[in-house]
Amino acid sequence: MRNIFLVIRREYLVRVKKKSFLIMTLLGPLLFVAFYATVFWVALGSVDTKTVQVLDESGLFRNEFKDSETLKFAYLDSSIDSAKAKFKSSEANALVYIPKNVIKEPKSVRIYAAKNVSMDLKSEIEKVIEKEIEDIKLGEAGITHKILEDSRVNVNSETISLSEEGEKTSSSGAATVIGGICAFLIYMSVFIYGTQVMRGITEEKTSRIVEVIISSVKPFHLMLGKIIGVALVGLTQFVLWILLTTALTSATSVVLNNKMSEQSPEVALEMQKMQNGMPASNMPGGNVENPVAEVLGAVSSLNLPLILGCFLFYYLGGYLLYSALFGAVGAAVDNDADTQQFMLPITLPIIFSFVFAQFVLRDPDGTLAFWTSIIPFTSPIIMMVRIPFGVPAWEIALSMFLLVLGFMGTTWLAARIYRVGILMYGKKVSYKELAKWIFYK
Amino acid sequence: MSQTVSINMNIIEVRNVTKEYSNHVALDDVSINIPKGCIFGLLGPNGAGKTSLIRIINQITGPDKGEILFDGQHLNQSHISRIGYLPEERGLYKKMKVGEQLLYLAQLKGLSQKQAMDKLKTWFIKFDIKTWWDKSVSDLSKGMQQKVQFVSTVLHEPDLIILDEPFSGFDPINANLIRDEILELKQKGSTIIFSTHRMETVEELCDNIALIHKAKKVLDGPKKLIKEQFKTHTYFVEYKGDLSELENVYALTPEKELDNGFRRTNIHLGENASPNDLLRDLLPKAEIRSFGENIPSMSDIFMRSVNEVPEA
Repeated sequence: MRNIFLVIRREYLVRVKKKSFLIMTLLGPLLFVAFYATVFWVALGSVDTKTVQVLDESGLFRNEFKDSETLKFAYLDSSIDSAKAKFKSSEANALVYIPKNVIKEPKSVRIYAAKNVSMDLKSEIEKVIEKEIEDIKLGEAGITHKILEDSRVNVNSETISLSEEGEKTSSSGAATVIGGICAFLIYMSVFIYGTQVMRGITEEKTSRIVEVIISSVKPFHLMLGKIIGVALVGLTQFVLWILLTTALTSATSVVLNNKMSEQSPEVALEMQKMQNGMPASNMPGGNVENPVAEVLGAVSSLNLPLILGCFLFYYLGGYLLYSALFGAVGAAVDNDADTQQFMLPITLPIIFSFVFAQFVLRDPDGTLAFWTSIIPFTSPIIMMVRIPFGVPAWEIALSMFLLVLGFMGTTWLAARIYRVGILMYGKKVSYKELAKWIFYK
Repeated sequence: MSQTVSINMNIIEVRNVTKEYSNHVALDDVSINIPKGCIFGLLGPNGAGKTSLIRIINQITGPDKGEILFDGQHLNQSHISRIGYLPEERGLYKKMKVGEQLLYLAQLKGLSQKQAMDKLKTWFIKFDIKTWWDKSVSDLSKGMQQKVQFVSTVLHEPDLIILDEPFSGFDPINANLIRDEILELKQKGSTIIFSTHRMETVEELCDNIALIHKAKKVLDGPKKLIKEQFKTHTYFVEYKGDLSELENVYALTPEKELDNGFRRTNIHLGENASPNDLLRDLLPKAEIRSFGENIPSMSDIFMRSVNEVPEA
């Protein structure tokens, strides 16, 4: 037992002391915060205002275009030719030309601009024109504005998940995002840390130190020590990421809050309330259309402790299951280049789970979702996709139980291959050979 | 009673050990006793089964049949810390620092961090390698790495030291240094198993030997007795003169012409003939410069034993 701890300590310290570990640890949160900040900037919209000139020959659209934070409309009365001529010297970003016969020929509307116009601007202008023409045509058909207003109903549904704790506002959007992030993190870490185990074993084998080590440590203990050591490296990285990200995001939030109070006080207000732990649905005035607040509110409505707990479990379970297999490959080959031939059967289920994850996100309670979240080889990724949407307890329990059986199975299998493989030098190994090793007495 | 005596004398007793791999037999009913305090040469051609036996003694693998006794007890985990092993294929963690690495290996052999530290200091002074402590192994030359690995093998002062081709990779100066260390360890009471092809090393250092060929033990015992066993009762004489008259009495094998008209000839005597009689017969015929018995070298013994075994 003492030796397992010695092995774990070495594997852990060697990796944590590496420069690449430090770099990844610092870079991870920076990337995350950069991503987070970008989302907020996009949500806030770009700061600079664009001016759009409108030359309306039909006279129907005067003052129909509403100025917004980002767009200002100016109406011209000149002819199209002189407007075009003046446009270049003006500061305007775009010129919209609406000809007289726009009602009969809606496609004759033209947008002139020095550079290509953004899709947003184009669709906004089109929307206003479409609506106006629609109104006019409806009016001609005898439908008044009043009838129209009354007939227009705005449905903005809120998903309410029913559970024992009572009703809770949730958002499938937030669940999708959280599930996706968790699945991606597990997918990445299984690959990154599984490969580290494999490399470590091949390194011991090619440097021939393994013979010295296993004259002191049982091969199984050495393998287990390495797997656990690398798992702890992974956990350390996650914990550091979470701590650093929290620190950085709170710092960023302060900056963003200041920025937002200048820009739109409501958002800032909501942000602050959100941070004080008030769910969005409790907001007076139902001012929930704000996307930032909505996301934050939805996230806080999810069962975060359950998600975090399951994440740790499935991270460890998935990692243990696969790293044992990666370890077996590392023991079977002589150098990194030879690993390719055995990697495919291991990486396929991981990649498949990641692909399935996209379908499961759309249909988290379907048959595919159920089975792939029960089978140990896909469950670490798929179950993490499903959990934010809510999964019956028995399914989670079954999936966890099978995952434990799964990694015990792969570890057993890997240990059989490992004990033979690490002492086998200079031999190209086939699958048939591997099968034989497993059944050696 | 005799049982207990033999137990106390031997550090290792290999009893009828058989080890099979999927396509060949590595050891076939091998029994060897390794007495305490000796330097024991484990000899044999490549692929004879030496490494298999060494791995079994190191508990890297187990025997299929038979048993191993270590100091009278069944070989078990507790003996690991009493064995030091230097494999033929040397290896260290390339990117680990020398000091850290030696500490780690010593702790795996059961030393506490402090014990390991104290002992390491002594060795670093002894080998004059103090400046290596914080160097990466990959920055050392091959010879330097060998020294580090030798230290790791003997640091925990094991009762049994197994050295597989210990001198390969050393220059003559370092080889001598290691040789002296080995003799000193023997002096202190350790038993040393040498696995080697170099017969001159065996000649020089080994007290006892065992020869394994094609998975079977062909020969074992104290080196002196084995040499006695392999004596051919052949004497050599370097002389000037004519021995042709003696051809009727003795079996003469002229070997070569030497300088100044001297020749060297081997003379085979019967089991009971005395070298004194031979000398008496030689004296009147020739001027004798040198005379002596041909003692078989370990190399001769090795070649003869290996060639006598019929091809399987």
